[in-house]
Amino acid sequence: MIRQAWRERSIRGLFFLAAATSIIILLLIMLFLFGEGLPLFRAYGLWDFLAGQFWAPTAEPPRFGLLPLLLGSLWVTFGALLLAVPLGLGAAIYIAELAPAGLRELLKALVEVLAAIPSVVYGFFALVIIVPWVKASFHLPIGKTALSASLVLGVMALPTIVSLAEDALTGVPRGFREAALALGATKWQTIWRVTVPAALSGISTAVILGAGRAIGETMTVLMVSGMAPIIPHSFLQPVRPLTATIAAEVGEAVWGSPHYHALFALGIVLFLLSLGINLLAEWLTSRYRGVKV
Amino acid sequence: MRLRRLTQAAAFAFLTLAMAAVLLALGTILYYILARGAGAISWEFLTSFPRRGMTAGGIFPAIVGTFYLAVGTLIFSLPLGICAAIYLVEYAPQGRAVRLIRMAVNNLAGVPSIVFGLFGLAFFVRLLGLGVSILSGSLTLAFLVLPTIIRASEEALRAVPQEFREGALALGATRWQMIRRVVLPAGLPGVLTGAILALGRAAGETAPIIFTAAVFSARLPNSPLSPVMALPYHLFVMATESIFYEETRPIQYGTAIVLLGLVLALDLVAILVRARLRRGRRW
Repeated sequence: MIRQAWRERSIRGLFFLAAATSIIILLLIMLFLFGEGLPLFRAYGLWDFLAGQFWAPTAEPPRFGLLPLLLGSLWVTFGALLLAVPLGLGAAIYIAELAPAGLRELLKALVEVLAAIPSVVYGFFALVIIVPWVKASFHLPIGKTALSASLVLGVMALPTIVSLAEDALTGVPRGFREAALALGATKWQTIWRVTVPAALSGISTAVILGAGRAIGETMTVLMVSGMAPIIPHSFLQPVRPLTATIAAEVGEAVWGSPHYHALFALGIVLFLLSLGINLLAEWLTSRYRGVKV
Repeated sequence: MRLRRLTQAAAFAFLTLAMAAVLLALGTILYYILARGAGAISWEFLTSFPRRGMTAGGIFPAIVGTFYLAVGTLIFSLPLGICAAIYLVEYAPQGRAVRLIRMAVNNLAGVPSIVFGLFGLAFFVRLLGLGVSILSGSLTLAFLVLPTIIRASEEALRAVPQEFREGALALGATRWQMIRRVVLPAGLPGVLTGAILALGRAAGETAPIIFTAAVFSARLPNSPLSPVMALPYHLFVMATESIFYEETRPIQYGTAIVLLGLVLALDLVAILVRARLRRGRRW
C-alpha cells in the first residue's frame, strides 16, 4: 500500500514536470534571445538601437536602427487590420446570428481551412497574384509594397478574428436576445445594442490576437513587402518588417558578430511585442469573465 | 418604422457581404493555385529527384524531408503534450501553478515562428551542436506545436464524462490506474485530432526551419543529423531566390499544391474525427 502511494506520487510528479515544460521553454527562449541579443549593446548604444532611423548592417560603420523595421511591422499590421476587422467581425456576426443552422458548421469549417493554409503558400499566392495586381492597378515600378503585404496579412488574420469573435457572440446568453426582441427591438437592434456589447471583451481579444498573428507572420512579408528599410509613410512603398529582416539576414550574419547579435535583439523586440499582446488579451478575458452583465 | 427596417436591411447586407468576401478570399487562393498547378502534378513529379539545377524533375527529396520533420516533431511533442494535458485535467484543475502553466501555454502559442527559429539556432544548432539537421528542426518545431497538442488533448480529456472517473475510483482503482485504463482510452480519438493538427502545422511551417533544418539542395537524409530539403522551404527559395524563378513557375505551383494538399488533407481528417466525436459518442 505504501509502495503504491509512493508510485502514485512519483507519477503525479512526472506529469507535473511535463506540464511545467511550457514554462521552461518560455524561459529558455527568453534566456537565449537575451543571451545572444544583449551583447550588441556592449559595442552599440541601446538608444542608437531603439531610436535609430537607419538599418544598414553591412555599411561601414554598421547602423542597427530599430525604427524603420518596427514601424514597418506596425504599418503592415495596421493595414491588415483595416481589412480584417470589418470583414472578420462582419463574418463572425453573420455566422453567429444570421446563418441558417445547417450552414453554420460548414462556414466555420471553411474559415478553419483559411487558418490551415501554410504561410509560404499565402506568400506564394501574394507573389504571383497580388503583387502584379498592385503594380498594375497603381502604376508602380514594383508591386512589392506595404499594401501587398497588408492585403495578404489581412486574409491571414481573418480566421483568428472570425473564430474568436464568433465564439464570444455565441457565448452571449439566449435570454439577452429574447429580452431585447420582446421589448420590440428589431433583430439588428438586438445584435448591435445587446449581443455585440455583451460580447465586447471577447471581440476585442479576437482583434488583438488577430493583430498578433499579423505582426509575427514571417514568410509572406518576406516574400512580398519589398524589404526596403525605410520609415513608412505610404502603403504604396516597400517596407522591411522585423520578422522578415531576421529571416533574410541570419544566414549571412557571421556568428558572434554585432550583426548577429543585432538580429537577436530584433528577436527580443518581437518576443516582447507578442508577450504584450498575449498578456493584454488574457487580461481582457479574465477581467470580464466573472462579470454577469 | 421604415427607417428601422432600412437600417436592418443595410446592416444585414453588409454582414452577408463580409461573409461572402471571406469565402471569396479562400476560393480565390485555392482556385489559382489548383488551376495553375494541376498540370505540374504527375507521378514522376512526386517520385523523382530534381534535375538540371532544380529547373526540371520532381520534388521527391522535399516530400521525404517534410515527412521526416513532421514525424520527428510529433515524436518529441506528442508524449510531452499529452502528459501536460493529463496533469492539467486530471491532477490539478486549478491553483496558482496551473494558472502559471496555462499562461505559459497561451504565450507560447503567440510567440512568432521566426523567434522559435532564432531560438532553435542558438540552442539546438549551436549550443547543443546538433547542426542544421532533422533533429534540430524537429525539436524546434516540437516546441512550436506543443500548445496545439496540449489544448486539443485537454479538450479531449475534459470531454470524458466525470462518471467514468468516479466509477473507476469507486472500484478501488488508484488515480493512475483510472487515467491509464479509463480516461486515456476514452479520450484517445480527441488526442489524435490534436496530433493530426500538429502534424499539418509542422509540415507547413517555414520560418522555424530556415536556420535549423532545411537546405535548398540535398540528397536523401541518412541520419537524424542530416540537413534535409523540405516542401515549404523549397517553394520559398524557388519562388524568390532562385535565378530561374520565372521559368520554374510550374514547379513552384506544383510544390504549392502538394504542400497545400498535404496540410488540408490532414486538417480534413482532424475535422472529420472531431465531428464524429462530438456527434456519434453515446457514453
